[in-house]
Amino acid sequence: MGSASSVLTQYDIEEVEEHCDHLFTQQEIVSLYERFCQLDKNAKGFISADEFLSVPEFALNPLSHRLLKMVDGLNFKDFVAFLSAFSSKATLPQKIEIIFKVYDTDCDGKVTFSDLIEVLHDLTGPFMSDKQRAEVLSQLLHEAGYTRESSLLFDDFIKILDSPGLKMEVEVPVD
Amino acid sequence: MSKLNKSSSELDLDRPNIEDYLPSGSLQDSHPKLRLRDLLDISPTLTEAAGAIVDDSFTRCFKSNPPEPWNWNVYLFPLWCLGVVVRYGVLFPLRAIVLTTGWIIFLSCYFPVHFLLKGHDKLRKRLERSLVELICSFFVASWTGVVRYHGPRPSMRPKQVFVANHTSMIDFIILEQMTAFAVIMQKHPGWVGLLQSTILESLGCIWFNRSESKDREIVARKLREHVNGADNNPLLIFPEGTCVNNHYTVMFKKGAFELGCTVCPIAIKYNKIFVDAFWNSRKQSFRTHVLQLMTSLAVVCDV
Repeated sequence: MGSASSVLTQYDIEEVEEHCDHLFTQQEIVSLYERFCQLDKNAKGFISADEFLSVPEFALNPLSHRLLKMVDGLNFKDFVAFLSAFSSKATLPQKIEIIFKVYDTDCDGKVTFSDLIEVLHDLTGPFMSDKQRAEVLSQLLHEAGYTRESSLLFDDFIKILDSPGLKMEVEVPVD
Repeated sequence: MSKLNKSSSELDLDRPNIEDYLPSGSLQDSHPKLRLRDLLDISPTLTEAAGAIVDDSFTRCFKSNPPEPWNWNVYLFPLWCLGVVVRYGVLFPLRAIVLTTGWIIFLSCYFPVHFLLKGHDKLRKRLERSLVELICSFFVASWTGVVRYHGPRPSMRPKQVFVANHTSMIDFIILEQMTAFAVIMQKHPGWVGLLQSTILESLGCIWFNRSESKDREIVARKLREHVNGADNNPLLIFPEGTCVNNHYTVMFKKGAFELGCTVCPIAIKYNKIFVDAFWNSRKQSFRTHVLQLMTSLAVVCDV
């Protein structure tokens, strides 16, 4: 199957398991490999952006282009490592890290007011005006003890989001 | 906060508002207080996106599940070997002979009828239709197709269109055996294209070209003309637009349903015990697919 071997050896499975800190079981890794090969249509060893976007349920998602930047062109090992944050065994900080990275578009470790507005815009689109978005956000930042000018760091995100109810899990179908 | 409440009530009630981003527990409160946490929590949306990466219902429609191997035990293995010998050594040559005979008969009848009866359109059309039905029966026999047709046969009436689910190119042949339909299909290159332009043209088949943008309007017009004509062959359309694995159907394209005439559905269900008739055009060429069919015991389906 091209650069990726068509058969996943036991050694490969263990290596991937190691790389994702055992957040997926071996059967889940085998299922994910089948899925990876299904999406990687010409067996290049990675999934390209338009192959991801050919999944209608993914393309319809308002935040898909942000996730796409993180997952485009990854080889299987890194693909599994990325998805491991969505495993039921992943810790809260790991999940918050993905959320942080989605907001932090320029990857400088800081989430500014405009970053927050942009994601809010992706989610609410035409249902709120820019003015309303800015108003809501300013109000809420102020209530939480921040200002429009403050940049949120990863630790701030942990502080804000660290409450019961952050559920971000996907189930890998195991045949 | 009160300024905000006024503007949200101005929005259409159907549309989602900020309240939708709150965790479900707090909806019981009459005035749920929005917190920064609720705004920042994009986990539901991300979960859906990751879920789509891991598994999605559209791709599942095209997955061909490999049959479980049943020949690995000491009693069944010799039986399986015998089966292989029979299939490749006896059935396949027999079928190839049947198919070749069929083609010879067909071609030797078709061309004289087509050219000599140029003036007598009605008779020619009737003979051509019977001949096409004949060659399709030969095809079906060449894979030992056992087809059970249920329900009334299509009649030649204007203002009706037939729609069927699509699993493989052989769907068309199986249906053609029963009634000579006119189909809408993609123009293929090579020997298939030759068949299309000579034989299928006489049935009234309509071609489309996926790559041309104006094509859709032209095809829509041709479809409408065809259904309105009283003595055109009944029109068959596969609204899924592609081959699906016979377990699910995918969303229908609207073209067949906008013609302003009665839509008669046809369902084709293959029995997988004998052979998996799903043609995964990304994995197999048509030739390989047909060979696979010809070397299996039978193709069983219900129509």
